[in-house]
Amino acid sequence: MSQPVCPLSAIPRGEAYRWETDPPVAIFHTEDGQVFAIDDTCTHQDASLADGWLEGCEVECPLHASRFDLRTGQVDAPPAKRPIRTHRVEVTDGVVHVALSDEPPNLPPGVRTTSEAQR
Amino acid sequence: MLHNEGRWLVERIAVVGASLAGIAAARALRQQSFAGDIIAIGAERHQPYDRPPLSKAFLTGDCSAADLSLGDDEEDLGIRWRLGTPAARLDPRNRRILLRDGAEIPVDGVIVATGARARRLPHTDGLENVHTLRTLDDAIALRADLRRAERLVVIGAGFIGAEVASSARSLGLDVTVVEALPTPLAGPLGAEMGAVCARLHGDHGVRLLTGTPVARLIGSGRAEAVELADGTRLPADVVLVGIGAQPNVEWLADSGLVISGGVVTDASCATNLPAVVATGDCAVSFSPYAGRAVRSEHWTHAFEQPATAVATLLGSESRTRASHPYFWSDQYGVRIQLAGHREEGDTVRVVEGDPEQRSFLAVYERDGQPVAVLGMNQPKLFTRWRRQLRAPDPVATTAP
Repeated sequence: MSQPVCPLSAIPRGEAYRWETDPPVAIFHTEDGQVFAIDDTCTHQDASLADGWLEGCEVECPLHASRFDLRTGQVDAPPAKRPIRTHRVEVTDGVVHVALSDEPPNLPPGVRTTSEAQR
Repeated sequence: MLHNEGRWLVERIAVVGASLAGIAAARALRQQSFAGDIIAIGAERHQPYDRPPLSKAFLTGDCSAADLSLGDDEEDLGIRWRLGTPAARLDPRNRRILLRDGAEIPVDGVIVATGARARRLPHTDGLENVHTLRTLDDAIALRADLRRAERLVVIGAGFIGAEVASSARSLGLDVTVVEALPTPLAGPLGAEMGAVCARLHGDHGVRLLTGTPVARLIGSGRAEAVELADGTRLPADVVLVGIGAQPNVEWLADSGLVISGGVVTDASCATNLPAVVATGDCAVSFSPYAGRAVRSEHWTHAFEQPATAVATLLGSESRTRASHPYFWSDQYGVRIQLAGHREEGDTVRVVEGDPEQRSFLAVYERDGQPVAVLGMNQPKLFTRWRRQLRAPDPVATTAP
């Protein structure tokens, strides 16, 4: 199910927005005007990809420079080994809507979702 | 089969050292189309694992040994592993490596990546509750001791000492950190920023005592207290010694390699011997950023530099450009990141945020040029500054 997150105008091109859902999601607005959503936490170690370096359709983790393809979630550069989970995005009437993936997230060791941690 | 600049055919390459630099070298060999034998020799019994979490999530029990693996189930590098026995001797004339267990390994090329080991305090070997932290086995032993302890004394307020203090504090221990120098981390960060980072200890209820060296450890069989030079006695259930590391190069003593604080190499990791390259923590390599040969102990260096060493060994074209030095430390829930090369005499100024809020970005400058950047809980801004440092600048290009 698709959920409204924020107006697209809130994310300048070349920037990212961290959506505090569980686990958090990073929404990227590329220089070309495309919008992508992936899990915010790097699959290697605990770092926010919304804080990373966006270049084309690729984000570089701010901690160890792993790179992920925003379109597929695939690892383009190590040390990350596991892909990042991607989510479906639509922009309707200027509002970013994200449909969260049903797949399990690839969270790094030591990081749990809030719901897992409370269990 | 490759022809290495007319020297000889390289069919068997030994990677000596099976930690981050070693596995990175093995990967780079395959990426650079080496199809021959790779023999990886490791002193530890474990498959390659990642060390940074040992002082953090592993110590607090938030990740397991399996989580630390540097290997990848889906990748087959075709490595022949010789783990659990250190290399004892490099005999370049007869193109062989001798292991401590007596085995003899014939080789055509050698990548020396034996890393470093924790420096120990003299006269503490018999004390069972006195730890250093470098290996997984070290961390397992320290973790077990911390679980049944109330008081930890950390000797040395460097990054390892600070991270262990932070982890132990989160486990509920009473923690004291002692540092012989007046300001912790003055070497890597300078006195001003070292003092800023050191305040994290006090923020989180950890005592920091600076400027007084340790005189001795009291106790036999177990340390009961740490005694400082001014007579102060600090009772301890566990002691962690974090006073730096020294390179594992003794095994190369009669190899003919030039050793000076590590295996001496040029910027391309070439040593004075053909078909022997050195990389990672054991190597003293010419750095264009420092303008001299330096030994780096940082994770990113050990991760990236082996590709250069492999290109040199194979004579391949795919040399990677060295990126700026970079390291990070996570303590007390605060992320510290530094990129670039800071020298004594560089000026530093805070350009964003506030050290009092434990969230800021500081830039080090030399001759009006930014040469390094320090971030505390500022990953996004830090990344931008780090990228700007990557642009060619006069300091970086004056190297030969």
